[in-house]
Amino acid sequence: MIRTKKKKTTPAISTASLPDIVFMLLFFFMVATKMKEITLKVEVRKPKASAATKIYDKSTLRSVYIGRPTADLVPLYGTQPRLQINDYIADIPDLDAAVNDWRNEINEAERLKLTISLKVDESTKMGIVSDVKERLRDLVALKISYAALKTTETAEEY
Amino acid sequence: MARRKRRELQEINASSMADIAFLLLVFFLVTTTFDSDYGIQRRLPEKRKDEPVVKETKRRNAFVILVNREDRILVNGEEGDIRKLKEDVIEFILNPQNKENLSEKKLFKSKYFGDVMVSKGVVVLQNDRGTSYKRYIQVQNELAKAFQEMRNQIARERFNTTYDQLKYLAERADEDAMKKVEAIEEILPLSISEAQPKNVGGN
Repeated sequence: MIRTKKKKTTPAISTASLPDIVFMLLFFFMVATKMKEITLKVEVRKPKASAATKIYDKSTLRSVYIGRPTADLVPLYGTQPRLQINDYIADIPDLDAAVNDWRNEINEAERLKLTISLKVDESTKMGIVSDVKERLRDLVALKISYAALKTTETAEEY
Repeated sequence: MARRKRRELQEINASSMADIAFLLLVFFLVTTTFDSDYGIQRRLPEKRKDEPVVKETKRRNAFVILVNREDRILVNGEEGDIRKLKEDVIEFILNPQNKENLSEKKLFKSKYFGDVMVSKGVVVLQNDRGTSYKRYIQVQNELAKAFQEMRNQIARERFNTTYDQLKYLAERADEDAMKKVEAIEEILPLSISEAQPKNVGGN
C-alpha cells in the first residue's frame, strides 16, 4: 500500500465568534459606563481613609468640591482654594442657593436625606472647610460626608 | 444577445464587524470610570436659637484632641501620636479597668440589651484653620475606626455578626438589622464634639 505523505497543517482558528465576544464586552462597558457629568474646575486629590464607607444612595447625594483652580483657570480664579458647586466656581454664600436647588430636585419624602459630599483636596487648609461646614449648619443641611479614597488599614501612611 | 442574469443577493461581508465593534469597545473602555463614592459620614450639630446649650462636661469625661497648624497633635495636653489614637480612644470610652482618669459610665436601660453601662465620654476635637485637610481626615479616620471597632465588638458578642454587616443590611431596609444598628448606636453613640477651630497666626 502506498501512502502519499500528507502534508499536515493545522487549520486556521476560526475567528467567526470573535465579533460575538467583542460585542459582549462592548455591551458590558456600554452598560457600566457612566459619563462624567461635570468637569472639575478645581484640583481634588482625595485623602485616604480606611474607615470610609460606601454611599449607596446616590440620588440624595450632592457634591461640593474644594481645591485650587486647575492650571488653565489660574489667571481667572487665582491660586487660592475655591469652591466648585455643580459646574461653576463659587463662593461660600452661593451654597444657600445650591442647597435650595438640591432640595427641590429631590422628591419630598427623601428631602431630609440630602447628603452633601465634601470633596476636598488633601492639601487644603481647614479654614475654608470650616466655613463651608458652618454655612451648612446655618442652612440645616446637616448630613455630610468627607469624601475619601478607601484604603486598607495596612496601607495607611501618616 | 441579452442575457438575463439572475442576481443573487450577495451576503454582506461581516469580517469588518469585529473591527467596528473593537473600535466602540476601545472607546467605552477609555471613557469608563468606576468611581464609587466612599466617605466618612458625619452629622453636623444643629444650631439652636433658643438656648445655647452649655453642657458641663467633667474633665475626666472629655478626651481632648487638638490639631495645630503644623499638623501636630495634642491629646489631653500631651503631644500625641496618631498611630496610638485609636487605641487610646477605645480605652477612654470603654474604660475596662474603671480608671479614675478615664470616662465615667452610667446605667442605661436599653430595649434590646436590658441594663447596660454606657460611657459618658466625649471626644472633643479641635483643629486650627491652618490644619491641613489631610491631617484632619486622618484624625477623623482614626476616630471612625475606633468607634467601628467597638461597635463591631458588641455586634460580635450579642448578635454574632459585625456592625458593618448589620449596617449594610440596614441600608437595604432590613428591619431587624435596623433595630440592631439602632440598639448598638444607642449604647455606643458616636460622641465626637467639634469645637470651633482656632485661628492662630492667620491663614
